[in-house]
Amino acid sequence: MTAPARTLEIRTSPHMVSGYSVDTIMFNVVVALLPVTAFAVYAFGLAALLVLSTATVTCLLTERVACRLSGRASSLGDWSVAITGLLYGLTLPPGLPLWMVVVGGVVAVALGKALFGGLGCNPFNPALVGRAFLQAAFPVAMTTWSPAFTSDRFTALGSSTLTLPFTRPLYDAVTSATPLALWKFERQASEVGELALGFIGGSTGETSALLILVGGAYLVARNMMSWQIPVAIFAAVAAFSGALHGLDPETYASPTFMLFSGGLMLGAVFMATDMVGSPMTSGACLLYGAGIGMLVVVIRVWGGMPEGVMYAILLANACTIHLDRWIRPRVYGATAQEAPR
Amino acid sequence: MISLGLKSFRHGIHPPEAKDETSGLAIRQFPFAPLLIVPLVQHLGKPSLPLVREGETVVRGQRLARPDGFMSVSMHAPASGTVKSIGPTPSISGRMVPAVFLEPQPGSTQEVMEGTPCPLASATPEEIVAAIQDAGIVGLGGAGFPTHAKLRIPPERHVDTLIINGAECEPYLTTDHRVMLEQRDDVFTGIRYLLKVTGAERAIVALEANKPDAAQHLRSGLPGDLSASVEVLRVKYPQGAEKMLISALLGREVPSGGLPLDVHALCVNVATTAEIGRLLPHGRGIQERVITITGPAVQHKGNYRIPIGTPLRFLLGEVGVEEDVTRVFLGGPMMGAAAPSLDIAITKGTSGVVAFDATRAERSHRTVYPCIRCGYCLDACPMRLDPAQLGSLARSQEYARMADEFHLMDCFECGSCSFVCPSHIPLVQQFRFAKAAVRKAGAHG
Repeated sequence: MTAPARTLEIRTSPHMVSGYSVDTIMFNVVVALLPVTAFAVYAFGLAALLVLSTATVTCLLTERVACRLSGRASSLGDWSVAITGLLYGLTLPPGLPLWMVVVGGVVAVALGKALFGGLGCNPFNPALVGRAFLQAAFPVAMTTWSPAFTSDRFTALGSSTLTLPFTRPLYDAVTSATPLALWKFERQASEVGELALGFIGGSTGETSALLILVGGAYLVARNMMSWQIPVAIFAAVAAFSGALHGLDPETYASPTFMLFSGGLMLGAVFMATDMVGSPMTSGACLLYGAGIGMLVVVIRVWGGMPEGVMYAILLANACTIHLDRWIRPRVYGATAQEAPR
Repeated sequence: MISLGLKSFRHGIHPPEAKDETSGLAIRQFPFAPLLIVPLVQHLGKPSLPLVREGETVVRGQRLARPDGFMSVSMHAPASGTVKSIGPTPSISGRMVPAVFLEPQPGSTQEVMEGTPCPLASATPEEIVAAIQDAGIVGLGGAGFPTHAKLRIPPERHVDTLIINGAECEPYLTTDHRVMLEQRDDVFTGIRYLLKVTGAERAIVALEANKPDAAQHLRSGLPGDLSASVEVLRVKYPQGAEKMLISALLGREVPSGGLPLDVHALCVNVATTAEIGRLLPHGRGIQERVITITGPAVQHKGNYRIPIGTPLRFLLGEVGVEEDVTRVFLGGPMMGAAAPSLDIAITKGTSGVVAFDATRAERSHRTVYPCIRCGYCLDACPMRLDPAQLGSLARSQEYARMADEFHLMDCFECGSCSFVCPSHIPLVQQFRFAKAAVRKAGAHG
């Protein structure tokens, strides 16, 4: 008989775990974003590469400093700020001056996340907080779009990118309008096939709907994303804009155009689904997604700006806590007339 | 495993089953340890009162202690031998409890002494309940609830369905599986006793779809005059929890704070049922039980019929556990308890022993992250509670609010929320603590 001699480890049950952890989930989101990121660099060249890397590095550094200031251990290892950095970069116009990218990145993490208490405590999507700040502070720069697939995109930089801090950017003669702006201000529709594949102007990462959907499908298959949210958003946008289009096709864009243009895909798949800012039960997620979809159409059609995904998601983020309170599964065995004990 | 379309409950989880290594192994007899430790507390309720003295010679099956009160049961000698002493011994909870230390007599035939039989045909329901208490029978699934106490049904209540629980949803454990395969007739006899006691119209033997051989075996031998059926359920944890079984099989929900009796159902574990069928006709008491001994550290994994009171240290040595065992838990890995010492004994409620060694134990010190509101726990909780909210309230010590607004007391600590939590928040542990705090506050207020 052997006498087991080691120290016994005492823990409370359960003694088994699923193996999922915050860092693996967040890392997988980064992986799912890589095709979109690569396509952004392919489409917009050096400018996108600089915007994306500046955005990511700024967010990582801001998180590190925030951890140091609040006396916590570094939280870079949970990968969540890497997502924020990438997502934030993907929402910016490719020709945005880098100093503005830095300012927005600091705001995103410091104001959007650290101030609320860090991971898990931020009610709003930090990447969108950063972008909303830039939209308010630099409205012209945030709506000036350099064209995609220029022949010299890998060898030359637009004059705006390296603008000195606190100076007004000078744009090259050629800028392009986004499909949404073309529709809003000139009633000019774009080819839906081109929209889906991404051969158009826009923010760095919003252009290829196809790659965004591939990334989303990967996360859904790994149970790391709620499919209810993007599906509800798509359904609401399609239904609402479809009804309007049916009433007056001249004034209102078609549902396919609405689905594949602007930041809708990127927002629906990667921003609205941020676990921290979205509701927890599937029922609440459906309602939350439907709300975003309706708001997007309202802002795009009747608002002053061509695009409304960002504000729609931020508004829905604010409703999340209430949705979670209202929509709960009925507790097993709870009786309707049960008075609070 | 294709199990869609089978009955089940909402939510739940799918832990790795880890049953393949032992489910095909027939039950073997475990040898007697040189010293058996029979704790007098193997049930909820007061310790049994010893009937023997130090130095006394006892026969296997002889009553060692008698019940003290309604929730207490008898204890029987697991072996013929000499009572060395009566004194305190550590229990799984870490508390010291009184125990009879028994030295089996080497070379003895170890024939089992029989008491007064309780014949199925002539015994009244009251006599059967008394016989079950005398046989020392408690729920063999692990909770240690005295079976006779469950069977004392107030005259104004009635039970229509008796559920025989063979779900065995805990990973690693295969004892109920083997009992159904090897003690089919005992199970059926037990059902007859239980139907007579409860007055139920029918019995349902419920098991998960991962035991098709047991389902087939039971179905093929079902006596024509026995009002019983076999129901195969989806493989999902915690399918074997009483409330989940009742909602899966009958579509009824036990009201919060209530009993299965409130929805005219009664659940008895299948191994407990088999013991009733095996012991009552001979007037015997429980002196051994079937357990699964498994886990990465165990060389001779298997299902064993083991004497009650076998010390863990002896058990591990016999099955070839290597020197560097670091984690041993009794019961399944989801709800079982980690052994605080190797000097504790196997009791009637121990359904399995799972041992891990240092190299193969899973990483135990994991980073705890803040809650990221992923909602996994809400989808896992079989009681459909909000573990995320409960966890955050536990952190701010709002225990009363947890109970009043978020149904804390309905949590039965199945561990599903902790299992899925990607932030590794010790939710179940927090809830246990909170429940204790609420009970304490209730007792004082």
